Amino acid sequence: MTIDEVQDSIVEEFSVFDDWMDKYNLLIDYGKDLKVIDPKFKIKDFLIEGCQSKVWLHPEFEGGKITFTADSDAIITRGIVALLIRVLSDRTPAEIISADLYFIDKIGLRQNLSPTRSNGLLSMVRQIKLYAMAYQATSKK
Amino acid sequence: MRFLYGEMRLIRLNVKEISDIRKDFPILSLKVYDKPLVYFDNGATTQKPRCVIDEVDKVLTTYNSNIHRGVHALSDKASEEYEKAREEVRAFINAGKTEEIVFTSGTTGSINAVAFSFGEKYIGRDDEIIVSNLEHHANIVPWQMTCERKGAKLRVIPINDNGEVLFDEYLKLLSKKTKLVAVTQASNALGTILPVKEIIRAAHSMDIPVLVDGAQGIQHGIVDVNDLDADFYVFSGHKIYGPTGIGVLYGKEKWLTEMPPYQGGGDMVENVTFEKTTYNVLPFKFEAGTMNYPAAIGLGAALRYVISLGWENIRLREEELLHYATNRLLQINGLKIYGNVENKISIISFLLKDIHMYDTGMILDKLGVAVRTGTHCAQPVMDRLGINGTVRVSMCFYNTREEIDVLIAGIEKVKSMFA
Repeated sequence: MTIDEVQDSIVEEFSVFDDWMDKYNLLIDYGKDLKVIDPKFKIKDFLIEGCQSKVWLHPEFEGGKITFTADSDAIITRGIVALLIRVLSDRTPAEIISADLYFIDKIGLRQNLSPTRSNGLLSMVRQIKLYAMAYQATSKK
Repeated sequence: MRFLYGEMRLIRLNVKEISDIRKDFPILSLKVYDKPLVYFDNGATTQKPRCVIDEVDKVLTTYNSNIHRGVHALSDKASEEYEKAREEVRAFINAGKTEEIVFTSGTTGSINAVAFSFGEKYIGRDDEIIVSNLEHHANIVPWQMTCERKGAKLRVIPINDNGEVLFDEYLKLLSKKTKLVAVTQASNALGTILPVKEIIRAAHSMDIPVLVDGAQGIQHGIVDVNDLDADFYVFSGHKIYGPTGIGVLYGKEKWLTEMPPYQGGGDMVENVTFEKTTYNVLPFKFEAGTMNYPAAIGLGAALRYVISLGWENIRLREEELLHYATNRLLQINGLKIYGNVENKISIISFLLKDIHMYDTGMILDKLGVAVRTGTHCAQPVMDRLGINGTVRVSMCFYNTREEIDVLIAGIEKVKSMFA
């Protein structure tokens, strides 16, 4: 599936629920499916700045694609990270850099998470894109 | 206890009903996510009564004009109302003179002013400034900046596990090197009250001046700077039902007279030439540029409102809410209150076992309950207690038992979702 196809399916999964508690329950479930980061990477180097709950994100570049593993100490945040990874993991740097992440707005995550949390979400996206740019730069050399 | 309750009922007969008080605050009837707003973030900022909103509106619609500048009618009126507000602040905290009341942008602005200005005049290499472990970042960072500039050292009064300062340790820190003690009246993170009067007395016995951060004190009971004998007392308008962007720096005249201005500009000068500028008299020496006069005048209205409700009524209501909420919260399995002591303002900081504070805050938010989560700009407190932060419920007189019940139900919901 392309990045947009995955985004569309997430939007559809969330559209079933009107109530925010149901949406959060769905996020919590996604969090449980997250492929959790190797504990040895849960260190400061992989901690994302800007999140008030802790988020660790670890990239691995192999065969031209980046795979991300992550974790968070807050369960709702872990659900959000899981969504991001579902959309952006196992992609080429070029795909990640050019991705337009509209699903965040469409499922109401940006407006409905507090500004601090929203900043955390944006920091995660920025960090993922930075990794992609770095890998693209090194692979061109 | 029974007597106290009886006393409360008696007093209530003569006071405004809570439903009427709530009607004074337009925002309290708001709905968020289709649920009635339960506002428990009063420690961050308080909501505004109609009289404050109207007062600011009146300034802007009927006599807006820059203060202390023009010779015309509007400027005269604006200046007069601004100075009237200064007098109201003076009376409210029982300061000796209006010259001792400086308007600033807020508590942070006031502390930075003293840190710079007092620091320039009185603090040198190897001198010491004492703060407590309970301080808000606003009463830590400006002093660290002064220390860096001057080569001075910051010393910290330790606290116990309940968030109370260790007074004996404080006494040990006082020395000839101490040039200033800066402490908060109450912890914004835990609600615990500091013995500021005793802290001041001990410092004064060694001729050391004391700054009291009143950001979490001014709205919860009578502040009498004369009785406290504080050298500096600072607070924000928005935490006592007034507008944002206005704060107060009370300083004893002898200090303010000797301290140099910290900002240069209009209104703070007496005479300006390129060779030499002389400064205006107190308090104008510290009020450079156009001040936030609509907010200052709005603050005056807020203080009148608080006085009209009566301190005793406010105190009893807040005490009752604090006891009710504390008892209900403590009944919840796995809930731990940090700073659960007798002597505190109506703030409760807690954590649920194995549930992240943000998860708690997020779900409560969706149920219409506004709480604050995180370190509350007091990271050293959290470090001392060995936690990353808390969920903070900060109440004031317009909150109700019913709202506390909504909070309790919300916490049960959180537990069911994350357990």
